[in-house]
Amino acid sequence: MTAAVFFGCAFIAFGPALALYVFTIATEPLRIIFLIAGAFFWLVSLLISSLFWFLARLITDNKDGPMQKYLLIFGVLLSIFIQEMFRFAYYRLLKKASEGLKSINPDETAPSMRLLAYVSGLGFGIMSGVFSFVNTLSNSLGPGTVGIHGDSPQFFLNSAFMTLVVILLHVFWGIVFFDACEKKKWYVLLIVLLTHLLVSAQVPADGAPRRSGLAKAQTSSADITLPDSKPLLCQVSRKEGTRCTFSPESACPYSSR
Amino acid sequence: MGCWGRNRGRLLCMLLLTFMFMVLEVVVSRVTASLAMLSDSFHMLSDVLALVVALVAERFARRTHATQKNTFGWIRAEVRLLPSRAMLTFMASDSEEEVCDERTSLMSAESPSPRSCLEAQQGEDGESAAQWRSQESEEDFEDDPDRYICSGVPGRPPGLEEELTLKYGAKHVIMLFVPVTLCMIVVVATIKSVRFYTEKNGQLIYTPFTEDTASVGQRLLNSVLNTLIMITVIVVMTIFLVVLYKHRCYKFIHGWLIMSSLMLLFLFTYIYLGEVLKTYSVAMDYPTLLLTVWNFGAVGMVCIHWKGPLLLQQAYLIMISALMALVFIKYLPEWSAWVILGAISVYDLVAVLCPKGPLRMLVETAQERNEPIFPALIYSSAMVWTVGMAKLDPSSQGALQLPYDPEMEEDSYDSFGEPSYPDVFEPPLPGYPGEELEEEEERGVKLGLGDFIFYSVLVGKAAAAGNGDWNTTLACFVAILIGLCLTLLLLAVFRKALPALPISITFGLIFYFSADNLVRPFMDTLASHQLYI
Repeated sequence: MTAAVFFGCAFIAFGPALALYVFTIATEPLRIIFLIAGAFFWLVSLLISSLFWFLARLITDNKDGPMQKYLLIFGVLLSIFIQEMFRFAYYRLLKKASEGLKSINPDETAPSMRLLAYVSGLGFGIMSGVFSFVNTLSNSLGPGTVGIHGDSPQFFLNSAFMTLVVILLHVFWGIVFFDACEKKKWYVLLIVLLTHLLVSAQVPADGAPRRSGLAKAQTSSADITLPDSKPLLCQVSRKEGTRCTFSPESACPYSSR
Repeated sequence: MGCWGRNRGRLLCMLLLTFMFMVLEVVVSRVTASLAMLSDSFHMLSDVLALVVALVAERFARRTHATQKNTFGWIRAEVRLLPSRAMLTFMASDSEEEVCDERTSLMSAESPSPRSCLEAQQGEDGESAAQWRSQESEEDFEDDPDRYICSGVPGRPPGLEEELTLKYGAKHVIMLFVPVTLCMIVVVATIKSVRFYTEKNGQLIYTPFTEDTASVGQRLLNSVLNTLIMITVIVVMTIFLVVLYKHRCYKFIHGWLIMSSLMLLFLFTYIYLGEVLKTYSVAMDYPTLLLTVWNFGAVGMVCIHWKGPLLLQQAYLIMISALMALVFIKYLPEWSAWVILGAISVYDLVAVLCPKGPLRMLVETAQERNEPIFPALIYSSAMVWTVGMAKLDPSSQGALQLPYDPEMEEDSYDSFGEPSYPDVFEPPLPGYPGEELEEEEERGVKLGLGDFIFYSVLVGKAAAAGNGDWNTTLACFVAILIGLCLTLLLLAVFRKALPALPISITFGLIFYFSADNLVRPFMDTLASHQLYI
């Protein structure tokens, strides 16, 4: 896939976030710190939810079949709950921090809660978007053909737009969430959670998850597992002496390199 | 100021004569088709340019009144333009007539300056003047007689102190985020593109045990042994350094530092450049390579060990940290590298915080003697005094005062005998209420180069992990930044030097292992189902 796809999708997904960062956050050091702290909180929430998913998989002994699908749905639900919990935790932390800032700097205006809500939402969003999309982006630089098995050839574009949507939604959710916490309207938190669940439930129209198989490329020393996008495109590893093996073998037009 | 009028006349005469000769030579060369004449005329052109520069400098120097911004007036501009003149003159290889000797103009500038400085801070305590004098005597150690530091750490109202702390806190965190991020970006970009640094071509002598063993237990044992050896080497070298420092063997230490920088700046740069060119299939002939490496290395040595623009010095420090980190990533075996990272953060904690730790002793000794600690091994985000600057810069004095602070510590070496200091300092606050904004911004915090190196090793190893997975790298990156942020917060709270490695490396290690084993399968599964959380 071409550099045009790479750059185009990268800018579609991360352009607005980058612009928001450059124009509103990069000017103030304190905001940068809060942004990175927000990203860190999202990361921790992801870590905990992956841990639970992993444990659930271990408990069910890694059986293939519909179990995996249910486990995945469970994982997604849990992850969203934990994300919102961490958003709340970050809200409490920011509240304490801003009170601390106010007591230390009485004459200088501490950042308002709305600004902190925006910054934290952006932090969550950027981290979420980056984690979802960066591997796909890096794959788009390599050789391959999109949609070779009849899937949508607009895979990258769709993913890029979805990532953009998720980033912006996190910003909005952050603002709404913090505002609801400030005004003690707890039902709004539920609305945020439900909308988050709704968005995550948006799987592509053909319903079924992408079929099995991780493309494994063997090098002389280690197994490299490419991120799974096998039915959508055929990956050829760029490392020397590797073979891209698929099942069925005939499906891959690139046999060896 | 009759001197100026006379000299201006002389300069003008010289300029006119030289210019006339030049024109004449050009004409004659065209008429007689003589190449030699033409080349000589260009030679005279360079003389003309040098004289023009001298005239401009002289014009600047006329404005000798001290202003708010330039406390020495523009006298120093002459000195500043001197290098360019010297270069031009050198190129022409003529002897230039030194009109109105620089030294005399410097001398006259010298004596008013201390007095004007002191007068400017008339209202401050006498102790500040004494401090300045003691600093001046320390200048010999620094080996730069041109440093005009006007001191003055005036007493400040106590309420301002905390405010200044926090105000400086966020800015300094960012001042450290940027170089750390740059270093990591260089290392990750190199690891991802240049294959040389991920190939295993042998090990260092400090990690003699191989990891190509049959069983996991054996491998673990070997890596622990490697770590022990490495840490022992580091401890021994640190103690050696402390002993040398205590016995005032400055020349030896400086020689050692210079040798290590030489190796880094020339040998490792040469290897790095070679590998990068190989990766992108760019052909470069040896003369060009020699010229490039020579220039890079020479400027680096000057900037790091002597004086140079702050930005350039910072850039060089970042580059040598990145090079060192790349060497570690290449030559440390897999598991040993992780265990070493863990062990070195523990060592850092111990060496910096324990009363009998070698680094603590080093710093206390430096403080007793009122000396700065090897500036070549610390990344400083503050501005330092450069030659020819006419601006009053209390921050450099703040940076110099750094070693005077009661508990400053440094630490650990890397295996190549270059002491690197993985910890963080905060200089005391020189601010006073009426200060101008640009001076406030120049106070900085310092971070040892060892910190840069080990942070980059961690992130680089995460990038080199061979899965083509970027999430782990990013997770480690965020973890390290947050650790650094927390360390600086603690620094602002405790106001003493702290080890910068433990928190960041702990976070980094936790995030690396959990991201690699837990998050990666989860995100891969989500991506394959096109689910977005």
